[in-house]
Amino acid sequence: MKLAARDREMLDGEHGEAARFAMSVVVRAAAAVGAETLLSVEQAHIDACALRSRSSLDLIGHLVEGGGRVSVSTTLSMVSLDLENWRYLGVGRDHAETALRIAGGYLALGCIPTWTCAPYQGYLAPRFGQHIAWGESNAVAYANSVLGARTNRYPDYLDICAAITGRVPYAGLHRDENRRGTFRVNIESGDPAQWASPVAWAALGSLVGRTVGERVPVLDGLPPERPSNDMLKAFGAAAASFGSVGLFHIVGVTPEAADLSTACGGRPPAETVAFSTEALCDAWAELSSAEAGEPVDAIVLGCPHASYAELEALVRAIASRSSPRVRSSVQLLVFASAPMVELARRGGLLEPLARFGATIVRDSCPFHVPVVMAEARVLMTDSAKCAYYAPGELDVRVAVGTLDACVDSAVTGEIRGGEPPWRVR
Amino acid sequence: MARTLNGRPIVPGTAQGIVLRSDRALSLWGGVDPETGRIIDRRHDRLGESIVGRILVLPAEKGSSTGSAVLLELIRAGKAPAAIVTFESAPIVAVGAIVAEELYGGSIPIVRLAFRDLASLRDGETVRVRAEGSIERIDR
Repeated sequence: MKLAARDREMLDGEHGEAARFAMSVVVRAAAAVGAETLLSVEQAHIDACALRSRSSLDLIGHLVEGGGRVSVSTTLSMVSLDLENWRYLGVGRDHAETALRIAGGYLALGCIPTWTCAPYQGYLAPRFGQHIAWGESNAVAYANSVLGARTNRYPDYLDICAAITGRVPYAGLHRDENRRGTFRVNIESGDPAQWASPVAWAALGSLVGRTVGERVPVLDGLPPERPSNDMLKAFGAAAASFGSVGLFHIVGVTPEAADLSTACGGRPPAETVAFSTEALCDAWAELSSAEAGEPVDAIVLGCPHASYAELEALVRAIASRSSPRVRSSVQLLVFASAPMVELARRGGLLEPLARFGATIVRDSCPFHVPVVMAEARVLMTDSAKCAYYAPGELDVRVAVGTLDACVDSAVTGEIRGGEPPWRVR
Repeated sequence: MARTLNGRPIVPGTAQGIVLRSDRALSLWGGVDPETGRIIDRRHDRLGESIVGRILVLPAEKGSSTGSAVLLELIRAGKAPAAIVTFESAPIVAVGAIVAEELYGGSIPIVRLAFRDLASLRDGETVRVRAEGSIERIDR
């Protein structure tokens, strides 16, 4: 492998043990994917801080003791704690202490305490064409597809090693030839009203994720209205959890897809599939394992972290209900980054949410911080990603619905809604 | 059926064990309990089975980028599979295996096989993984 002089110095330990360790991991990861050279990145986003485990502590301890320091601007994904409010949320001290040690380690390396799985919503959103090293599958899909930045799906620990060395294997989605669309997905359902909710995009993402494998999907045939950032977030998060999509194109919407030919790099797509309305409705039904009318224990919103627009939409949905509060047997949990919660406070959104009985959780996610009550058996969400992971991680059955359906369910204590957004003719 | 299958070592190493085969991609995070090594993904065809000490044969990895952290923890705790064999590239589990070797001095091999060879591996058969990436069937 061709290494620059500074890479070699790091590998030889001239910049300390942490840099040696990090460069060794980067070089071996390059060999694993068949890369012949390394590439410099301009920023990183670290997902390695999320898992609370002994090995996670061992690794960050080794990097801190080894004099590690990030060499590029580096933001942080979730930690397994709401760092300010964990005591009020009933998180145990043992859990908190481990999470705080991990968080402290990443801050000691010079990372920025953003603590969000949706870094594209805020500080240091990457630019078009910029090479970056991001972890967290939904963030990767968004950065590549919506922003046109270039990153692979960096696994935990390669992300922090890239941040320390500033180098990644020159492979995968950093290279022009791997960004071309190869799998055209033609959507037959073109009525704009049916695509007005982010959860419709999430269901589509789940179907695309299950279908495309390692190929790059190009979506075609959607209504001409431009989807919102939150719709693209929901789509990418679903495609990245039901499958391994790191880049998608939507013709006329995403920056590398002005038209079908451009999205496919000037050649016809290798494969085409058409998704009928029936297929979309089947994908919708597959998201849920609990049924309308069943009692619901917990409702999770903000997976990935809620945007300001989503918090506003929640407040509007609450205001339109005659019942003033979440039913006492139900938890309504809303996950967001601390900066977004501060914006919401300034916008007057927190007070109606608190009055309604919603609990805001910052810095973390329902799968990393134990805030969903242990007795919960049925969970409802507007997120296909949450619906994918909740059964295994939280031992619950799930129902997926629109934001309005989630609010209805919170008020009544039973699953409401559930009809797909599309109508079979 | 060929006795020896020639693969590419994504992370080189040696192992021997009983094949646990699935035709579905798996995300280690959200798909495997890092404390027990059991498959917890309700949508996976091998739900409830233990991957500990097995030769885990999958068409692909998928899903969460935290899969590498789960594999590192499984290796640390002695709950890892003996090896992972896939058809597609598997950068997430590869990084988990590489970091384990760097941090703890021990790891598991990750091997990439042609699809036809992958499909020929039978659930429950005993195989040996060699450092150059070949997989040898062992009669029992």
